[in-house]
Amino acid sequence: MDEKMKTDVLIIGAGGAGLTAALAAKNAGVNVRVITKEYPTRSQTCMAQGGMNAALGNISPDSIEEHIQNTLKSAHGQANEEAVRYMCSEAPNAVAWLDEIGVCFSRTPEGKIAQRRLGGASAPRACYAQDYTGLKILHTLYERCLQKDIEMLNERYLVDLLCKKDGSVCGALILNIRSGEIEHLFAKSVILATGGYSRVYDKYSTNSTASTGDGIATAKRAGVKLLGMEFVQFHPTGLKNSSILISESARGEGGYLLNSKGERFTNELAPRDEVSRAIHEQILAGEEVFLDIRHLGEQFIDENLPQERKLALLYENVDPVKDLIPIKAVAHYTMGGIEVDNKSQTSVSGLFACGECANHKVHGANRLGGNSLLEIIVFGREAGKSAANFNLCDDKCQNDFDFKKETNFLESLKEYKNEIDFYEKRTFVGELFYKKVGIIRKESELLNAQEELQLLQNQLPQMGVKDGSKVYNTNLVEFIEFRNMLDVCEVVVASALARKESCGAHFVAEE
Amino acid sequence: MRVSIKRDYDFIEYDVDMQDATLLEVLEAIKTTQDNSLAYSSGCRSSVCGSCAMRVNEKEVLACAYKVQAGDVIEPLKNVEVIRDLVVNMDRALKTNKRAKTWLQTYNKEAKLTHEDEKINALQSDCILCGACYSACPVYAVNTDFLGPFALTGVWKYISDKREAEPKEKIDTIQTNGVWDCTLCNECTLVCPQGISSKADIEKLRMKSSQFGYMDSSFAQSFGGGLSF
Repeated sequence: MDEKMKTDVLIIGAGGAGLTAALAAKNAGVNVRVITKEYPTRSQTCMAQGGMNAALGNISPDSIEEHIQNTLKSAHGQANEEAVRYMCSEAPNAVAWLDEIGVCFSRTPEGKIAQRRLGGASAPRACYAQDYTGLKILHTLYERCLQKDIEMLNERYLVDLLCKKDGSVCGALILNIRSGEIEHLFAKSVILATGGYSRVYDKYSTNSTASTGDGIATAKRAGVKLLGMEFVQFHPTGLKNSSILISESARGEGGYLLNSKGERFTNELAPRDEVSRAIHEQILAGEEVFLDIRHLGEQFIDENLPQERKLALLYENVDPVKDLIPIKAVAHYTMGGIEVDNKSQTSVSGLFACGECANHKVHGANRLGGNSLLEIIVFGREAGKSAANFNLCDDKCQNDFDFKKETNFLESLKEYKNEIDFYEKRTFVGELFYKKVGIIRKESELLNAQEELQLLQNQLPQMGVKDGSKVYNTNLVEFIEFRNMLDVCEVVVASALARKESCGAHFVAEE
Repeated sequence: MRVSIKRDYDFIEYDVDMQDATLLEVLEAIKTTQDNSLAYSSGCRSSVCGSCAMRVNEKEVLACAYKVQAGDVIEPLKNVEVIRDLVVNMDRALKTNKRAKTWLQTYNKEAKLTHEDEKINALQSDCILCGACYSACPVYAVNTDFLGPFALTGVWKYISDKREAEPKEKIDTIQTNGVWDCTLCNECTLVCPQGISSKADIEKLRMKSSQFGYMDSSFAQSFGGGLSF
């Protein structure tokens, strides 16, 4: 075997979770390799705007216990209290660490880290960097990885996990997007940090086009347990035409939600599931819904919400300083994912997961704004430490990398007929899911969505890739992503059908 | 509406029927309905991931933030290896960050940042590493060892931050193929989608360098040459 292809810990995904895991694993003294299908700083993390929760009490009194209770309440009984306690207790340390490595947090006049109130929080708790919090955290982590000489390979795409005969994971089958070559990357342990699956909702999602659930689909095919896949968070304020996110901080700073009559119709700072349902009900009743931040004033908006103004101007042709912003609720974050314990260990030996692709049981049925950036730092570090520890302690992983040979998908793809356009089907799945597996669900519609998905799975061999070139074939990458999304969709619908009662973001209506 | 896109060997014209659309939306329409082989990079669609920088009518833009006009000519970034169509290999430009050491080296525990301090480098930390500035930079075009605009802005970000206890180390790193090589032409400023001026940051770095006893080496040489008479 090519020695170049071996490493101690292989991390798939280079967003905030993957990079934090890389730094933690490296710090524990093992070799680390990070791969990403794009570039690290292009990951979904850069789109997080509002902030990162930690009960610092810099603005008004707050406590870790309140952070825990707010998080548990929003999770609707689907969170693990021990995991939530750990995350919230570690939050002040996580923010202190980010401050130490240079994240440019906003500050109060007294020189403390500034905090704002987000939905469902009993105090101003989200530490922020204007409304570019995720961008600034991600870039700082990236720069820290450069400093620590962490190997980061760009434009490498996960096709499948490599497993040993005993079922444990020993690496990954990777498509080098640039060369078109398949690579076997072996490792003593693997961390999936591949992000969520909000793009199954296609145009009805705030997310990057890359949030296609690759790691979750791949893990599922390797027999790894998933959990809570029915819980999809719809963000109350996506721009009406483009679904681009207007941050919750706009409401946190005092923005209103209005209908066509100019009436407020809900508590703007309730948890996201409640606000999204209220908006959706207005729209179903024929109203248009708007976010109104005009009363905050131009100076305040430019200082605290500069990105929101820019996005509204560019993508909706409205200026929030003097216009209402038309919005709708769209898929934003997926609580469900690969089931892991408090040490980020999945149900399969040698495989760890962190970030949005994992379910650490801290968000339950509805995530609180400001808790995802927190999760990727706290559990990213946990995943990195655990994967490194697995290397150092577990004798099993010292075996050679005797992996099971399996026919890989890319081989079988050559037989695909390419009679049905998968791009049309991708749009179709997005519409189908937004209507039938969306904010308000009915059993009959879920069953209908399930049938449609089955049909699409059967049709997959009649789809395929038109572009035959090896070098940078995005048509091929997008088809593999589409296949992953179908695999994820099946689990989402099955989980939604299995949960008969409404719970958090999973809201079941009478027929 | 017709637009022209640089493909591997030639420009190809496409006809699209879209109004008030971003270039990224137009590229996606072409790719999914006309020509599946068109290659470009994209991500967030909201100007924050830096994936879709390219050139339109010879000016650098983010495809997701540019509204297409009839007759637009679309090309990949310059001064960078084109992998395919509009996709470029950013690895070399990104390595300048490593060479320039754009990170906080030594944390100053005593530093207490105020709201005013936050404003000093808030803009610099908005950088999305899209690479538009490297494409527009005439110095990087001829000297691939030049650290370049976003890396130098990154250095200023940390040097101007009170939390960096050893700013001199950073200044030492950027003397060769760094601050003095820039011609202050301001092209980087004109193309930056985040409104950052690397040129202005480089000027500030020059002042800081002078404070640490450095000067423009070309100036120093001509001065030294004068003494050897």
